[in-house]
Amino acid sequence: MRQAGPKYKSSDEVDFVIVGSGAAGGVLAKELSTNGFRVVVLEQGPYLTPEQFDHDELHVSFQNALTNDPQKQPNTFRKTPQDKASRQPVVNYGCCVGGSSVHFTANYWRFHEIDFIERSKRGPIPGTGFADWPITYADLEPYYTKVDWEVGVSGLAGASPFDPPRSKPYAYPPLPVKSSGVIFERAARKLGWHPFPAPMAILSKAADGRGACVHCGFCVEFGCEVGAKSSSLASVIPLAERTGRCEIRPNSYAFRVEANDRGRVTGVTYFDAQKQQQFQKAKAVVLSANGAETPRLLLLSASKLFPNGLANSSGVVGKYLMPNGNHEVFGVFEHPLNDYKSVVVSRVLHDFYELDPKLGFYGGGGLDARFDTTPVSFGLGSFFGGLPKDIPTWGRAYKSALREYFTCTMGIFCHGTSLPVESNSFSLDPGLKDAWGLPALRVTYTDHPDDLKNITYLKDRALEIFEAAGARKTWHAPIQETQVFYHLLGTCRMGNDPKTSVINADHRAHDVPNLFLCDGSSLVTSGRGQPTMTIQALAYRAADRITALAKHGDLDA
Amino acid sequence: MQDALSRRRFVLSSATGISAAWVATHWPAILAAADHAHRAAQAASPPKLAVLTTEQATEIEAIASQIIPTDDGPGAREAGVIYFIDRALKTFASSQNGAVADGIAQVQEKTKELFPGVTKFSAASSEQQIAVLKAMENTPAFGLFRFHTVCGFLADPSRGGNRNEIGWKLIGFDSSHAFQPPFGYYDKDYPGWQPSGGDKK
Repeated sequence: MRQAGPKYKSSDEVDFVIVGSGAAGGVLAKELSTNGFRVVVLEQGPYLTPEQFDHDELHVSFQNALTNDPQKQPNTFRKTPQDKASRQPVVNYGCCVGGSSVHFTANYWRFHEIDFIERSKRGPIPGTGFADWPITYADLEPYYTKVDWEVGVSGLAGASPFDPPRSKPYAYPPLPVKSSGVIFERAARKLGWHPFPAPMAILSKAADGRGACVHCGFCVEFGCEVGAKSSSLASVIPLAERTGRCEIRPNSYAFRVEANDRGRVTGVTYFDAQKQQQFQKAKAVVLSANGAETPRLLLLSASKLFPNGLANSSGVVGKYLMPNGNHEVFGVFEHPLNDYKSVVVSRVLHDFYELDPKLGFYGGGGLDARFDTTPVSFGLGSFFGGLPKDIPTWGRAYKSALREYFTCTMGIFCHGTSLPVESNSFSLDPGLKDAWGLPALRVTYTDHPDDLKNITYLKDRALEIFEAAGARKTWHAPIQETQVFYHLLGTCRMGNDPKTSVINADHRAHDVPNLFLCDGSSLVTSGRGQPTMTIQALAYRAADRITALAKHGDLDA
Repeated sequence: MQDALSRRRFVLSSATGISAAWVATHWPAILAAADHAHRAAQAASPPKLAVLTTEQATEIEAIASQIIPTDDGPGAREAGVIYFIDRALKTFASSQNGAVADGIAQVQEKTKELFPGVTKFSAASSEQQIAVLKAMENTPAFGLFRFHTVCGFLADPSRGGNRNEIGWKLIGFDSSHAFQPPFGYYDKDYPGWQPSGGDKK
């Protein structure tokens, strides 16, 4: 049962204000409050509870029940800094307590050892900011394990020969295989590859007052009513509130981190539900607002002392945006898979995690077997799926195809690398304001050619699997430039050099001693998709580092 | 209906390993919505139109019935798509009232242009209607009607369409919202996970 946390006055100087209650913010809130600190979490969205979730596609997918509303918080997009940006919805993220972890797919593989040291292993890539991380897989391993056990991940240790070393098995056994997983596993093995049960942040067994998965099939885009999906809302936020020291303050839209004339932050100014300005005082500030809103908040917090934005002496705040290459290939089979049931993914393949440089481009990725399309989205034909393009979109043939395809179709999703390119960025739009009068988020993005070659390569492997599986027909959209951004990575990157990075290995801003940033923005490289597991491991580690600094007196003014 | 709800709670609690009381507090929203939709769908008298005039409704229903026709099985008409659209125009799509009225006018215009003397789309023959929509299939007006027809056919019945889950039955979607494996044909005889032989390449 949920036990609400305390209510602090905004004039109380709490130990930490955390902006964002998602995958990272939730973990930090739990860890810091458990370690004895007084914490206020500002969340821009509402505090929804499981009984408020529903499976109504119109409400969830089309009316943004759980995600940001592009009408109220518009974006603009341009390909290069020379172009004028035009208004279009480009960034999608969770907007409720729990953030994007409420509606995510819950694919939870770890990054591999190579992800942290790839620049050294592989050498520089011209035109990019390709870099090693200041930490290694070994530094993060204990925290990955903490995510497995505390947030809750189901999977089978040792099933993938490519998996990095782990100190403990998964906390829960793997979820049942789906028809898509069986088809994928058999075909991939025929090709000599090594598919394995998907690690998922979804409970296969009931635990800690949370239910086991009921296989309803409404995972991606939807909230989980039984608490099986390991959102921060279901997992760590109740633990934070139970400490009696953590207040989750919903409907609180942070727009400025205040700093004093000694260059230290003093708290966060935000709009409350009535659009009234409030200021929450704190000894230290943690931004976990996601890879778009964290840099935006820093840029909005420009001041005399920090003219380029807070913590931005390097000039790289908002830069090196990496969305992960992604593409889905579909196949239809003779018999019903009924893959709309249960979790999205049940089998994953990492044989192409590291591609041979002799191919002539940088890249790598993972493939998974899935179905992620609910009835309306399937009928309309959305970004993620629907009928093949050669089938009429209305009339008798359309109706027959709906009947024939929905239960018999599956997808293979390709998740790939994105290279960090400096001009790919989030910035403040000079001409457009949001519903609160704040500058809108502007996205500047052109895919690196290697990223497109990589995703094309992975797409061809997916087609090989479908061929080996004997699919009656396969189809996919053309490989396109990235137009919608779900993974918001790299925009306040971690590093040892204050000239080329925003935070150090402790997630501490190089420029501001009592400001910490931890979310997708902290990543140095993109991994091969599925960043949330790593974001949460980083958050557990950051909480340890921040606690050590605070206990040592390093955060005192 | 109450029995059905209790039964599903029981099935859920045995499947999830959590107490029936826990399920009763956490899960019923979905089931209640599904049951409500089911009840609404079974109601004897058809709902009244709130926004659309009878003439508009007749035209839109004719368009919807070409988008998802009635063949050997029910289509948009039998699924009550028109009631979904009427409710949408009163609620979340109220800003589209003008666009819908415009769209009807455009469809009627095209009907007259292709078939002089036929002033209403709904009065045209099925072949004529198909020709009209074919000529318009790349217009925003057609896109609007298609969007609402597909939504009205496949969205949750609590929205007013998809009556008796006609749309879901057509595509093979089971609305139980709780399942146990095997889910489909290919995982029925799965023997269980076996490690693949050999090392990584």
